[in-house]
Amino acid sequence: MTDISRRKLITTGLAAAAGVSGLGVAAHLAKKYGLVPPDHGGLYGLGETLTYASQRLLTRHSFAREFSRSQISERPLPNEIAPLSDAFKRLQAGNFADWRLTVDGMVDRPTAFSIDRLKSYPSRSQITELACEEGWSYVAEWNGVPLSHVLDLVGAHPQATHVVYLSIEPDWWESMDMADALHPQTFLTYGMNGNDLPVGNGGPVRIRLPRQLGYKNVKFITHLTVTNDLKKFGKGLGSASPEGGYAWYAGI
Amino acid sequence: MSTLESAQVPLADSVPSSAPVLPVTTARTTPRHSALVRITHWITTLCFFALLITGGEIVVSHPRFYWGETGTILTKPLFKIPIPSSRSLVPTGYGYVLPDQNGWSRALHFQSAWIAVLTGLLYGIYGVFSGHFRKDLLPSKTDLSWRSFSAALRHHMLFKRPDEEEAWSYNLPQRITYLFVVFVLFPLVIWTGLAMSPGFVSAFPATVTLLGGRQSARTLHFFISIALLLFLFVHVGMVCFAGFRSRMRAMITGRISPGTEGQ
Repeated sequence: MTDISRRKLITTGLAAAAGVSGLGVAAHLAKKYGLVPPDHGGLYGLGETLTYASQRLLTRHSFAREFSRSQISERPLPNEIAPLSDAFKRLQAGNFADWRLTVDGMVDRPTAFSIDRLKSYPSRSQITELACEEGWSYVAEWNGVPLSHVLDLVGAHPQATHVVYLSIEPDWWESMDMADALHPQTFLTYGMNGNDLPVGNGGPVRIRLPRQLGYKNVKFITHLTVTNDLKKFGKGLGSASPEGGYAWYAGI
Repeated sequence: MSTLESAQVPLADSVPSSAPVLPVTTARTTPRHSALVRITHWITTLCFFALLITGGEIVVSHPRFYWGETGTILTKPLFKIPIPSSRSLVPTGYGYVLPDQNGWSRALHFQSAWIAVLTGLLYGIYGVFSGHFRKDLLPSKTDLSWRSFSAALRHHMLFKRPDEEEAWSYNLPQRITYLFVVFVLFPLVIWTGLAMSPGFVSAFPATVTLLGGRQSARTLHFFISIALLLFLFVHVGMVCFAGFRSRMRAMITGRISPGTEGQ
């Protein structure tokens, strides 16, 4: 073995050891600071984790763009959904008077909210864009109550890491981290452009999460669970989307 | 190239490689392309194909393009691609809906984008500090005169085969094209891609407002991808024209021809 090749071998070995331990440290820090998405495993886990971690570092306090009233789309697209369930139709027949949004999990006071009760809280509005992963998008004024307000009311525990939210429609559920759950633009939305939120756009109540794509903005919300362990839900990947091949985090 | 190469094959069997028969090639001791350029080239190639296929798949879910901030099936498109869609939402005129492939397409698209961007960063840093950009890609001062430019262009347009010396460096149209791809098309395709990320633009809104809105960004992303695809066609065409085996060998092993030791 010549000197040069020995030196090369030693440097390469040192670099590899440094690289591996560096990755280990990075993984530990990422976990500690909540930079690892629940669907970090599998073939595309690397890309999902890089996207989520880098966006969380960049966007924890950033705001989705807001638009002027003149930029509101004339026709907000009521995109197709599977035929609504009988449970939904029964509540719709009663003008959603009996609709309840149950909040439970890591909270001091589990509560079931009616739509009227949600409307009694300080109302907020935002003119933001709803962008679908397919490519289309529209701008609307969304009226609702910030999710953080409701989490305060029920006394969400500070140890909670995620909020799981479920639609009345079967197998339609998502979750978000606390950076999104406590974000001022994250709404329980019950109105659009000054009127009640149409059923086609998610009425009577929809999660509005403007820093993520449309599919995280689940329609017909009936249930929120505050948790610090996403593994307990579904297949443990954070939401129904990864179970269907889509990313849990949709900020991209 | 072709005459020298064919003359050299029988020679290589009987004559030691250091024989002074081939003064041009035996004088070279460095590889045609450095190891870093070769590795980043092929990683980028793999990523590019993955991005192209998955990008196409994503377009199939909404083969309509718009200009400005917003656009849906309820608004007038800038143009439509006359293909069937993977979503029943889109009126395509076809009586069927293709299977939805967006889940894995999006995952692979973004993972490939990450690898391509990180590879590009490595290449960019190397290109600056090794002198690769300055020596190999920037045209020399003499090349920049109108006479030599028009001569090079004429040479190119007349489809003259490159001579032996050209196997060791890029000619002027090549340099300009590669500079354009590396410093204009790739940055633009990354920019327009990032401009479609609602999370990224919440932190850097100018990324999308400078482009005129989300739908403009999407449309531009599509056209820049088409430009990169056109570059790929011409690039592969020119490689075949200049000598597929020797050019591929140079980009894989660093050697110009099997008889000349690169390293």
